[in-house]
Amino acid sequence: MTEPIVKGRNLVKRFGSVTGLNHADFDLYQGEVLAVIGDNGAGKSTLIKCFAGAHTPDEGEMWVQGEKVEFKSTHEAREHGVETVFQTLAVAPALDISANLYLGRELRKPGFFGKVFRQLDKKRMRKESGEHLQDLGIMTVQNISQAVETLSGGQRQAVSVARAAAFGSQVIILDEPTAALGVRESAKVLSLIQDLKSRGLSVILISHNMPQVFEVADRIHVQRLGHRAAVITPQTHSMNDAVAIMTGALQVPENEQTLSPVGSAA
Amino acid sequence: MSDTATSDYDLDEEFAVKRTPIQRLQMTLHRYPWLSSLIVLVVVVLVFGLVNERFLLPSTISLMIQQTVIVGTLAIAQTLIILTAGIDLSIGAIMIFGQMLMANFAVYTTASNVLPIAGQNPWISIFLGICAATAAGAANGFLIVKFNLPPFIVTLGTWSVFMGMTLILFKARTIQGPEMPEQMKLMGESFPVGPFNFSLGVVTMFLLYLLFAWILKNTAWGTHVYAVGDDPVAAQLTGISTKRVLFSVYLVAGVVMGIAAYITIGRVGSASPNVDPMLNLQTITAVVIGGTSLFGGRGAVIGSLLGALIVNAVEMGLSLAGVDQAYRTTAIGLLVILAVGVDQWIRKVKA
Repeated sequence: MTEPIVKGRNLVKRFGSVTGLNHADFDLYQGEVLAVIGDNGAGKSTLIKCFAGAHTPDEGEMWVQGEKVEFKSTHEAREHGVETVFQTLAVAPALDISANLYLGRELRKPGFFGKVFRQLDKKRMRKESGEHLQDLGIMTVQNISQAVETLSGGQRQAVSVARAAAFGSQVIILDEPTAALGVRESAKVLSLIQDLKSRGLSVILISHNMPQVFEVADRIHVQRLGHRAAVITPQTHSMNDAVAIMTGALQVPENEQTLSPVGSAA
Repeated sequence: MSDTATSDYDLDEEFAVKRTPIQRLQMTLHRYPWLSSLIVLVVVVLVFGLVNERFLLPSTISLMIQQTVIVGTLAIAQTLIILTAGIDLSIGAIMIFGQMLMANFAVYTTASNVLPIAGQNPWISIFLGICAATAAGAANGFLIVKFNLPPFIVTLGTWSVFMGMTLILFKARTIQGPEMPEQMKLMGESFPVGPFNFSLGVVTMFLLYLLFAWILKNTAWGTHVYAVGDDPVAAQLTGISTKRVLFSVYLVAGVVMGIAAYITIGRVGSASPNVDPMLNLQTITAVVIGGTSLFGGRGAVIGSLLGALIVNAVEMGLSLAGVDQAYRTTAIGLLVILAVGVDQWIRKVKA
């Protein structure tokens, strides 16, 4: 069995008296789209925030690409190739697209001006942001110095996804990427996810939208009461089954789950 | 994405939308937040110039710029802080504290001097004064960042604290110009530039504006200041240490207040603890009229210079026209409200 690219075991996270994660396990394999679903309060967001570096679990262990990790900030997660598109998108609306793409990892000019005066290389950042966005087929280059607040919801989402995909990351976490979008824009984001997958990236998708999940996911991690209730695939189970597992009406024995990557022997 | 052609087409369509001239003006002002204040300044100067020709005399303009120098320099510090969605009410108190400290240290003589270790080299005194202001700014930053207190409350408190400390340490005594060595008053030295007359303080203020305009535009720190003011949660999630950025902003603002203290001694010609108790509100006025948003993340430092100049031009113009002080004060108040109204309108810009 291949080793997962992201692995979590026995993760526990408490917020005061509330338990967000209750001994949760997690596996993501190279090149797959793993959907994480669950009822409100099941710990979906808490779970992925641990891997994103936004939360530090109280107990349990995490591995990324076989290396044991303890993330104290999103910055550390990024350094291990894990990028996250948060539900709030984490963009600065008044800044332009290229400033947002490079937020927190700005490029400095080479030579004297960059070293001594710490001058930014805006030209290169604009040029490369344009390329990144074009790679994903999102935007024409002339708009790159537009403030993000003048973009539509779908375009902002695209900027966030481009930021996550642009910097040689291995794993991209998308938290409810279509929650605030219309039908047409949702479709674009879904095709963006397919595109990320076709480039060999591994994607974690959190969503409430069952049809979307069943459309793009290779495997589906069902979170319930703070732990992993089951891992299924769109082929082995129906949407009704998924809902039943989420609510506790259906228990799936381990031999009927899909705990290893789709396509390999279980 | 597979349908590249489609998405490009959509965008072209979106950007080809016809806008009314008003909407286009709104977009432009949104892009350059200082532009509206530049327009206002030009209009103010033209109107008062037509009303009274003395207004456009080089000597009047020189005086106007000289009068702007204290508020103008402090407004740089205030702009940095307001860009992070903070506010500094203690700005004048810190400046006066730094000013009194440098003046008292520099005085060699007599019983009137309250500090036992006074009589230092003037350059050392100036340096110590700037250090004191920096430490005061850092103290604000520390309280705000460490204990997560609102800047308004923290600086409301430190405003009184620094005023009190000034009175305790320096006994509310004005150090007269002749008591101080010449180096202390250097910033008041003026020289002709064409028909105008500039002081070293004015030149220093202009240089500081250029410096901070450059830093905010061209360094990662500058970008982070905007990002933290715009949306602190987002900034944190992208890996920016918002606490470090915030603290550094208050620290740097302290340095600017220290320099402003030195400039003030030159401009006033003496060091008095009663310079102007309203300096904090005057700097906020300048920043707001200059187009920087009190909600943070939007604005430009250069706008605050324009804002300070507008306030002075209106004061000067109205007083040349023989308008009473009470009406002038009212006019400035209305100007502030108008500026905030325009800011709100500009922020409503749609794509």
